[in-house]
Amino acid sequence: MTASPARPALLEARALAFYRQDEPVFGPLDFQLAEGEIALVEGDNGSGKTTLLRILAGLLHVEEGELRWRGEAWQRDAQLGDVLFLGHHLGLKGDLSARENLAVAAGLYGRRDEPGPADALRRIGLAGYEDEPVRRLSAGQKKRAALVRLLLLPATLWLLDEPYANLDRTGIELVNGLLAQHAARGGAALVTSHGAVSFLGGEPRRIRMHA
Amino acid sequence: MSRPPLAAACAALLRRDLVLAWRRRGDIAMPVLYALIVATLFPFALGPEEALLQRIAGGVVLVTVLLAMLLALDAMFRGDIEDGSLEQLVLAPQPLALMLAMKILAHWITTALPLIVIAPLLAGMLHLPGAAMPVLLLALLLATPLLSLLGAILVALTAGTRRSGMLLALMLLPLCVPVVIFAAGAVSAAQQGLPWLAPVAWLGAALALALVLAPLACAAALRIALDA
Amino acid sequence: MANWIPLWLHKLGSPPIFYRFAGTLRPWALGLALLLGAAALYGGLVLAPADYQQGDAYRIIFIHVPSAWMSLFIYGVMALASFIALVWRIKLAEVVAMESAPIGAAFTFVTLVTGSLWGKPMWGTWWTWDARLTSELVLLFLYLGVIGLYHAFEDRRQGARAAAFLAIVGIVNVPIVHFSVNWWNTLHQGSTVRILGPSKMSGDMLWPLLTMMLATKLYYIASLFGRVRADLLALESGKDWVRQIAEAEERR
Repeated sequence: MTASPARPALLEARALAFYRQDEPVFGPLDFQLAEGEIALVEGDNGSGKTTLLRILAGLLHVEEGELRWRGEAWQRDAQLGDVLFLGHHLGLKGDLSARENLAVAAGLYGRRDEPGPADALRRIGLAGYEDEPVRRLSAGQKKRAALVRLLLLPATLWLLDEPYANLDRTGIELVNGLLAQHAARGGAALVTSHGAVSFLGGEPRRIRMHA
Repeated sequence: MSRPPLAAACAALLRRDLVLAWRRRGDIAMPVLYALIVATLFPFALGPEEALLQRIAGGVVLVTVLLAMLLALDAMFRGDIEDGSLEQLVLAPQPLALMLAMKILAHWITTALPLIVIAPLLAGMLHLPGAAMPVLLLALLLATPLLSLLGAILVALTAGTRRSGMLLALMLLPLCVPVVIFAAGAVSAAQQGLPWLAPVAWLGAALALALVLAPLACAAALRIALDA
Repeated sequence: MANWIPLWLHKLGSPPIFYRFAGTLRPWALGLALLLGAAALYGGLVLAPADYQQGDAYRIIFIHVPSAWMSLFIYGVMALASFIALVWRIKLAEVVAMESAPIGAAFTFVTLVTGSLWGKPMWGTWWTWDARLTSELVLLFLYLGVIGLYHAFEDRRQGARAAAFLAIVGIVNVPIVHFSVNWWNTLHQGSTVRILGPSKMSGDMLWPLLTMMLATKLYYIASLFGRVRADLLALESGKDWVRQIAEAEERR
């Protein structure tokens, strides 16, 4: 609402709706997300939170409505690499260590100048487990092994599907810290969660999903 | 904070798939073992008469290798789909077709190459004349990547389904008919002392075409199959 | 691509419009198909003279050849509809492609059966690895692959799109298979038996053949329209126009 006309919103949805076999999954949905903004996607089970994130990531086809990316009609290729998607499936190879998994992700997506991979793994709380095959880690540690991408990979928009699941209290605080830092440097994020979450930076934007 | 170089991405993916295959070395051995078993069964079924085995050796080795590859084909993307790695790959700022080509290459190295290595052994067990052996290997070197590439398109199409073993065989059969015909044709021509270059050239031409087109088709198929 | 193509396609591609269009056309197509089919059979089985070489056995061509022709024609239609479905995401094209597949497979099957029935008196064996018969068998597998893939998906539209892609891969493959099988055939046996020598065809034989080709086309249209209508109702069961039809049916 207060977004200056000079800078279009990073992401804008107008009357976005999705159908599965002609059954409405969600929508029509309108929202804007500016740089530096973190929004919480709320809704009951089956309200289409995951579907929304998958559409925004470019994994699903936009069926109805309009999506704009940096003020222009949304195109998958235009936003590739500028978006980081973290879904239910963590995208980790069980036979590889956290360090090796991270190296593959950095090879595909590129990486920030700092922190280095070792530093990132330490900060995410996997010190001492870097070279353990991921399948031997606990559920929370696996989640951290996936979340470490947030530290290392360059992306403006984070799409995080249930990032708090399986995490302990320090883990949740860690994610909140990452989000705050991301917002401070101009990044944006859409986060789904059905648990009550308090952000460090006070009340977040909320997007309510309804079928 | 720039786009990662293409070569680094290709190398990272190829390295990942090869390391993964190496950590599960047992799985690499399975198709080889399977081919060995199938080839061993033929003399039992047809009798050990050398002239007969000699006549069928080339075709049997080719079909055996094809079946063994089919067995391993299903696994090309399944692991990546189950753990979400494929989503990450699709969303990476890299040309998907090229990334898939790397995966197909890794798959060919880990399944077809071992089969080619033991092919002379299988052919020897079936008394294939030594003169035809180089032609058999050449035919396999051209036919197996072709099968990997064609198979990858089909595997990508079945990516959204649960189990696809039989379906994959049904879908692959029409596509591999020409491959089998030309590969076996070359071997049997060499065995009869006839010129065998023409069928091998056809295989080579088909491979060149598939190298360019199949990864693109595979990427398109994957996008269709995942869009749900 | 010109802009009017998607526009025009979208108009005819609208399910309720096509449903009504197909509903009025279908009985005519079916009636005409049966009429022409009966005429062609009478002409072929009764009026046409016996062949001086094959006697009466050749008469199976009045079924075999039109079926073979249709098996290829329907594959072409299916691939074209598939292409339209994938490029412009038109639901009707998906349905046409997927409902063509079983009809095409049936024609292919009939071609194979009549071919092998014909083969018994001609070659003395039920099955021979003749180039055309082998290509036809591969075509049957192509059809079955498309049908199988379509049904392997839980989401029907997604299945249709995947199977449509396979149909397009298949149509690239058909000429390659034909070429390779021909090559293989000449490698392993002398020459193949020619089924239709154009010069040998007398007018008495030709008109029933052409009539039967027309009849099979019309039958395909009738069968396809019936299937597409049923499929559209199932796919659009949530939409208003389907509800109106259901209510109209109930009132009767």
